[in-house]
Amino acid sequence: MKLKKMVKQAGALGVACSMALTALAAQADTIKVGVLHSLSGTMAISETTLKDTMLMLIEEQNKKGGLLGKKLEPVVVDPASNWPLFAERTRDLLEQHQVDAIFGCWTSVSRKAVLPVIEELNGILFYPVQYEGEESSRNVFYTGAAPNQQAIPAVDYLKDELEIERWVLAGTDYVYPRTTNRILEAYLKANGVADEDILINYTPFGHADWQNIVAEIKRFGSTGKKTAVVSTINGDANVPFYRELGNQGVSAEDIPVIAFSVGEEELSGIDTAPLVGHMAAWNYFMSEETPENAAFIKTWHDFIGDTERVTNDPMEAHYIGFNMWVKAVEAAGTTDSDKVIDALVGVEVPNLTGGVSKMLPNHHITKPVLIGEIQNDGQFLTVSSTDELVPGDAWSDYLEGSKNLEADWTAPINCGNYNTASKTCLGAQPE
Amino acid sequence: MLTQRLLLSDRGGMVVLGLVVLTAILVPILNLVVPTSSPFYVSNFTVALLGKFLCFALLALSVDLIWGYCGILSLGHGAFFSLGGYGMGMYLMRQIGDRGVYGHPELMDFMVVLNWESLPWYWQGFDMFWFSLLMILLVPGLLALVFGWLAFRSRVTGVYFAIITQALTYALMLAFFRNEMGFGGNNGLNDFKEILGFDLAAKTTRVGLFVASAIALVLGYLACRYIVTSRMGRVIVSIRDAESRTRFCGYQVESYKLWLFVFSSMLAAIAGALYVPQVGIINPGEFSPLNSIEMVVWVATGGRGTLFGAIVGAFSVNYAKTFFTTFSPETWLFILGALFVLVTLVLPKGIVGLLGHVRRKGDKS
Amino acid sequence: MNPPCRFTPRHTLHAVLLWLMCFSALPLHASAQSPAAPAEARTGAVPAAQPSFEQLVQQLPGGSLRDRTATINQLSNQRDERLADIFNALLAGELLADKDTPPTIAIRSGEQLTDALTGTALSDSTGLRRIPVNNNLRTQLRGQVAQLHLNHSDTDKRYAAVQRFIRDGVNADTAALLHAHQELEESDRVQGAITTALAVYRLQSADSGIRQAAINELSGSLEQEARNALRGIAANDADPELRAAAAEAIESIQGRIGFYRFVENLFFGLSLGSVLLLAAIGLAITFGVMGVINMAHGELIMIGAYTTWGVQVLFPNLIEWSLLIAIPAAFLITALVGIAIERGVIRFLYGRPLETLLATFGLSLVLQQAVRSLFSPLNRSVSSPEWISGTLTINPVLSITYTRLYILIFGLLVFFALMLVMKRTALGLKVRAVSQNRAMARAVGVRSSWVDALTFGLGSGIAGVAGVALSQLTNVGPNLGQAYIIDSFMVVVFGGVGNLWGTLVSAMSLGLINNFLEPYAGAMLAKVLVLIMLILFIQKKPKGLFPQKGRAAAD
Repeated sequence: MKLKKMVKQAGALGVACSMALTALAAQADTIKVGVLHSLSGTMAISETTLKDTMLMLIEEQNKKGGLLGKKLEPVVVDPASNWPLFAERTRDLLEQHQVDAIFGCWTSVSRKAVLPVIEELNGILFYPVQYEGEESSRNVFYTGAAPNQQAIPAVDYLKDELEIERWVLAGTDYVYPRTTNRILEAYLKANGVADEDILINYTPFGHADWQNIVAEIKRFGSTGKKTAVVSTINGDANVPFYRELGNQGVSAEDIPVIAFSVGEEELSGIDTAPLVGHMAAWNYFMSEETPENAAFIKTWHDFIGDTERVTNDPMEAHYIGFNMWVKAVEAAGTTDSDKVIDALVGVEVPNLTGGVSKMLPNHHITKPVLIGEIQNDGQFLTVSSTDELVPGDAWSDYLEGSKNLEADWTAPINCGNYNTASKTCLGAQPE
Repeated sequence: MLTQRLLLSDRGGMVVLGLVVLTAILVPILNLVVPTSSPFYVSNFTVALLGKFLCFALLALSVDLIWGYCGILSLGHGAFFSLGGYGMGMYLMRQIGDRGVYGHPELMDFMVVLNWESLPWYWQGFDMFWFSLLMILLVPGLLALVFGWLAFRSRVTGVYFAIITQALTYALMLAFFRNEMGFGGNNGLNDFKEILGFDLAAKTTRVGLFVASAIALVLGYLACRYIVTSRMGRVIVSIRDAESRTRFCGYQVESYKLWLFVFSSMLAAIAGALYVPQVGIINPGEFSPLNSIEMVVWVATGGRGTLFGAIVGAFSVNYAKTFFTTFSPETWLFILGALFVLVTLVLPKGIVGLLGHVRRKGDKS
Repeated sequence: MNPPCRFTPRHTLHAVLLWLMCFSALPLHASAQSPAAPAEARTGAVPAAQPSFEQLVQQLPGGSLRDRTATINQLSNQRDERLADIFNALLAGELLADKDTPPTIAIRSGEQLTDALTGTALSDSTGLRRIPVNNNLRTQLRGQVAQLHLNHSDTDKRYAAVQRFIRDGVNADTAALLHAHQELEESDRVQGAITTALAVYRLQSADSGIRQAAINELSGSLEQEARNALRGIAANDADPELRAAAAEAIESIQGRIGFYRFVENLFFGLSLGSVLLLAAIGLAITFGVMGVINMAHGELIMIGAYTTWGVQVLFPNLIEWSLLIAIPAAFLITALVGIAIERGVIRFLYGRPLETLLATFGLSLVLQQAVRSLFSPLNRSVSSPEWISGTLTINPVLSITYTRLYILIFGLLVFFALMLVMKRTALGLKVRAVSQNRAMARAVGVRSSWVDALTFGLGSGIAGVAGVALSQLTNVGPNLGQAYIIDSFMVVVFGGVGNLWGTLVSAMSLGLINNFLEPYAGAMLAKVLVLIMLILFIQKKPKGLFPQKGRAAAD
């Protein structure tokens, strides 16, 4: 009968431990901040840095005396690049740990997985990565770029400054490139680009053999019209792509590539020599020379203990998002989600490029758009920047389904997908 | 007579099943009735977690049935699990109706984004629950039938079978990642609203799904137990131990294997169908060959060739995973990796074998 | 009036050089629009109002990018022998400046710093920062520099210079210059390019006879600009006959391009095949010969790739040699890791292939996480030595990248070396003996455990060597191995377990099939189709392309 006992004990362990978790959550008088970034699995490569950024920001805030007289306490969990786990960990953070805000997610699918949970439990999520738009939730604040804050200005630059006439839209086959390319295609056609001057190409995640595609790009670009590649190629596939470009002798002067997912951190893992001159569009570059940025970089280097580490756009997004949240909590005088959500709209904080970003009623923020060229030290040289900050647009004006949609989380509309034509709020709404 | 065969001769199984039934009764009470302030309160998070484990246990059962009893190592069981999940996901998506973000009466949001005009043919019918349920069983079953028929007929066995099942799930993963396939690409299916008219965000619905999973596990267990204790079960074990000899004795080895493989795939599909509404998302990542290997490890850890061992394995490995990825994310892969090595080297019969060993020693002294 | 620049049929190299200097002094694209500029340049006189060369160079670091463009335009009007060096350095990002007034402008080459203006060596590098250039500037600079290269000793540089002429539009001046150079040119390739350039120029002629002749001449050219010029004629020429002739010429060119594209595809396929071969060949030993399902094979490849990175970090001055050092280093390190795996885990599991699968899968997780903990989850940057970069241009539509070519050759070399080891050495004999009949081999005095360890080490070592090659193509990061493991198994199983030739044939055919499917089906579907084909093939022939015969096959 010993077996029975042991099996029982093993089973009891499970329940006991989850209870211990509940008990753990109830202690101490701190404000808890959830950090939901993958620390293992395929996304760890990008997300680990953001976890460290959050820990740094929280530490800095605590040095300044915390928030509302309380210390901030980070709660770090690892969703392990597994999408169902993102949802599970969100529930863990909100129900067990009772965090007041969550900073996290990277991929669109992780955000989509988290969305129902965060809406159900009325949490607050700050999402720091550029994304495809077409979404607005009352409980999510999008501090990364919407397509009109990255893709469209980038294409404008190519079109106007570099006189590009032929376009290759190359992307990894998932929702962000699909949506962005559809928006760009519609935008280009609206600007008089002919069908045969647009080549759209999708590749699987982690695609490694680019010989054919680069050869095709070369051929496409050999008709005498100036050609550029707009790349929404994701993560791991970039290194072999750029290497193949370099190997086949496609230089930035012949066919420039502008990327939306290649930042300083990605470049730190690439031999940048063959990449010089190719471009990226972001809302922040480490090479920006402002006092705020210099201070941020210094804090980062001190925190991480390595002066070789770079900063990048999603880190700035977290910086902005965190400061906005702090300001809103101070304004509301409480961490109660409903009050903080209301207080967040309209909050203004300085960004790292010398401007002041503002949280808009559609839960997106205003950002400058910078176009940079890759230099051989792995940094970007800003070659163009918008004069004014560009307000993020949740619903693209260039897509059939969404051009009449508007997000506005202030009274009286209070809706994430308000149809301006029919004056109704579409879909299911939180009551 | 049947009770004797299914339960009484299987003490370990009785214990494990008893525990499953006990949790299936206790957890809903502790979650719904007990006030949240009470120390006995079981949180929604725990309910969701345990519900997930129950689905995994059913999945492990299906792997154990063919691997532990018939010696067929499938590294592609994740494919059947995910297909079942997608079937359920499609039903749940159709339930959203016009409450999608674009308010389209028929099309899913991702179809609107892709500018599709009408619902693809293979999405037809999934607005009906019975039809979806049928598809959840039929599609993976049919795939297993065709695949198994081809493979077993040409006597693809052992390592080769393992590798082509891996290729199968890998191919499906790549295919489902394609947006043109019409299954939402990388984002998969998510943002479900309700099942059979019940709100998925409601506590009671979740508890209902939890209980349904527990019932499915118990029924699945009894069905497997019925098979392995039948005459057929004995033939299956003899195929595992000496395939050629069984064939020479005049048994249609291929038919037995095929039948078992199809049954196991359907079991996995049911697990997938129960899993999806509880976690709220299904995406092609579930097809990843890595997941399928992990399932095999649950079984190996628990103890292959004993049905309740599979359940024990699924619970213990997943519990450890939850525990370590929460408290010490960096060490999780070290521990999981070491577990694989240790189990294969030291514990060929898994945890259950170890417990049995300890018990036998105890009895002797 | 302008002796150095007048074109005479009989000329000396010197004259051409001088002419070139003049030409290079033209602001880019300006030659056609501003007839005044050449005259000014030809005299070589600098008007008093213009800043001096030194001042202009010192202006470079300041101001915006647009200012820099203007400065470079002004600079190119000056004939100064320091100019080429400065432009080249600026282009390479090796031109530095500090923030003094006037700033010190330095050229860096390797570790050495020289003052760009005085030519003296500088010792102190503090405060010196790179002068940034963007694409527009780079295009401009490259135009200036390329034209200086028409007399370069390197064929590729001369070829590029001619191409640059064609691209920027050939006018009377350039045509004359090219015509002059043609007689000196030795390389057929450059000759061809010049002929094309001149023909493209003649296409602009008012005389339809000359245009007709030019079309005939261009109908054999594969140059992209020739095609574009012909397209222009085919669409817009006033003479319908010429339009037809041009269209015909394009057709014949397209036919030839079709052939070269086929050749290119063939090479791409073989190249992908060689990558598969390299990734799979170690597995052909551990899995094929020893029967161990080594799921950690991908991680051994990863260790090889990290070794390359390690070599480059340890010897930063030996980048050119780093691959040659890394090959034996990676072989040794991964072989040792492999032997450790064999001694520590696998030797307890012989005859239980499915258990080896689980155990080695566990090891692969541990190795991945170990790399993540040791070197961070970020990718590592591995640079390519000079000699492996660049392309071998066979003709304007067919060029083969050296990296791919070397990897193809390297893959085959590794393969044949392994064949040699297996077929011609005592170790190979013992390996084959043990894999065929362990008990018998032991009975005749083979130390089977020692042979097992060495064989596994050999297979692992080759995986490491493959990692060195892959580091030149893809990410060096913790996930590297995962990307190749499934493909490797497919290759070995498709080829027939235990048959090295089978592995070669299967890797190459999978590469070719994949590459010929890709243009039609897209990268994603091509891969799926290949997998489905494989699955069906295994059903048909369960032991692969070349099944082992005899008793060894019975298991």
